[in-house]
Amino acid sequence: MRSIDLEKTSLRELNSSLHQLKDGTNETEWEVLNPRGQHSVAVGVDAPITVTIRGSVGYYCAGMNKHATIVVHGSAGPGTAENMMSGKVVVKGDASQYAGATGRGGLLLIEGNASSRCGISMKGIDIVVKGNIGHMSAFMAQSGHLVVLGDAGDALGDSIYEAKLFVRGKVKSLGADCIEKEMRPEHHEALSALLEKAGVTDVKTSEFKRYGSARKLYTFNIDNADAY
Amino acid sequence: MCGIVGLFIKNKALEPRLGELTAGMLATMCERGPDSAGFAVYGAPKSGKAKITLQSPDPDTDFDGLAKAVEKAIDAKAKLEIKSTHAVLTCPADKADLAREAIRAGHPSIRIMGSGDSIEIYKEVGYPTDVAERFALAKMTGTHAIGHTRMATESAVTTMGAHPFSTGPDQCLVHNGSLSNHNNLRRELKHDGMTFETQNDSEVAAAYLTWRMNQGLNLGEALEKSLEDLDGFFTFVVGTKNGFGVLRDPIACKPAVLAETDDYVAFGSEYRALAGLPGIEDAKVWEPEPATVYFWER
Repeated sequence: MRSIDLEKTSLRELNSSLHQLKDGTNETEWEVLNPRGQHSVAVGVDAPITVTIRGSVGYYCAGMNKHATIVVHGSAGPGTAENMMSGKVVVKGDASQYAGATGRGGLLLIEGNASSRCGISMKGIDIVVKGNIGHMSAFMAQSGHLVVLGDAGDALGDSIYEAKLFVRGKVKSLGADCIEKEMRPEHHEALSALLEKAGVTDVKTSEFKRYGSARKLYTFNIDNADAY
Repeated sequence: MCGIVGLFIKNKALEPRLGELTAGMLATMCERGPDSAGFAVYGAPKSGKAKITLQSPDPDTDFDGLAKAVEKAIDAKAKLEIKSTHAVLTCPADKADLAREAIRAGHPSIRIMGSGDSIEIYKEVGYPTDVAERFALAKMTGTHAIGHTRMATESAVTTMGAHPFSTGPDQCLVHNGSLSNHNNLRRELKHDGMTFETQNDSEVAAAYLTWRMNQGLNLGEALEKSLEDLDGFFTFVVGTKNGFGVLRDPIACKPAVLAETDDYVAFGSEYRALAGLPGIEDAKVWEPEPATVYFWER
């Protein structure tokens, strides 16, 4: 295992070492010590490796991640796993604003709470939050799944496209064009698979409600033709 | 952008380290606000004494003989402690208004940064670590401190445009964000007798809170009211003689992290600012909720 202490090694050196790794590398286990809230830790990794970060990180940790498993043993700042392509990012503590923003694939698991704008403009990523999420989460969310075991803040799913939202707790308010939808068997199945992937075994899919687009905002309505 | 740090000490044993810890926190926020910096430090009040922090663009001339001139005007003892471009004048509390008037009238180039029983305010244009060193922040002691690193958006990069802003005795405010209704609000507050030193939006927020507290509200209540009357983006950290408050606007774009232990409450724009504090590993660390007033009082 390669262990990098950010008290002794610069962030740029760490990220540059990670960027040199290719598919099939033997250096698959990495550990990062003393991140002390630094920004952009393990951003842009493109190899099937595991990076264990011991401590809290700042902005953009694990952004653009592809193939890697990145685990933060602490809390994460704004933009965690922003635009993730694939792989898995786990935050053991809380995540700040816009976690998983614009993510295209992979799994983001937040074991604590996520704050505002979680999954904003998500495009295929799966996000599982064990705690609560803040306001304006899944704003303009296009595809993928957002699963919340706790509560959701104001304006959930505002201007949502086709992402699927599952919330177990209370939703403070729904955003424009976001509505509660029926949980059909295929949704139970999809949710069950996501919970399993996230290692959540103690909750039932029947405890969740599903939310999604009413499809009145983003689809053209002939009655509104005069407005254009 | 801007960076904010704040430290409110609960355990007396940490008071001698207030300046050192605040300087360490401020240094982590340089990139967020490299153009100027400032801080307010609340020291132990001395019974019957008031402190007035002064600033001069020409300290050698302006502060020379100032203490004597003030003593003559107020007919009481006054002490002047010079720190670079700033100086703290200590005089009997019941003579403080008289001293301020004498300085305003006789020394127009001297600016009054703040006054009260315990507050001292230092702010200048320059890289935050240089500003902190210039005033020897690391050596200061006290009960609570608030610091700011500025990246200017709403008004010029000047000493008076730097934060904190103090618009009432022992009060100060720092701000990350930008207000959109500050011009109207300034007009209204001026109409009610508030005075302003700059065109800065954050000074309006400070004056607004002072105006509310003058109406008899405590800091927490004044902050609640500001949610109705201030429009724009803000994370505020506010100090009073005994209190420390935090407020984010309902959209809450501007970052904020709070930490609390038995020994202190700490605020940082980012976790980086808190990473060097003693016992942070076991602190309760959380992101303050939007439109929610957080308020501690001694």
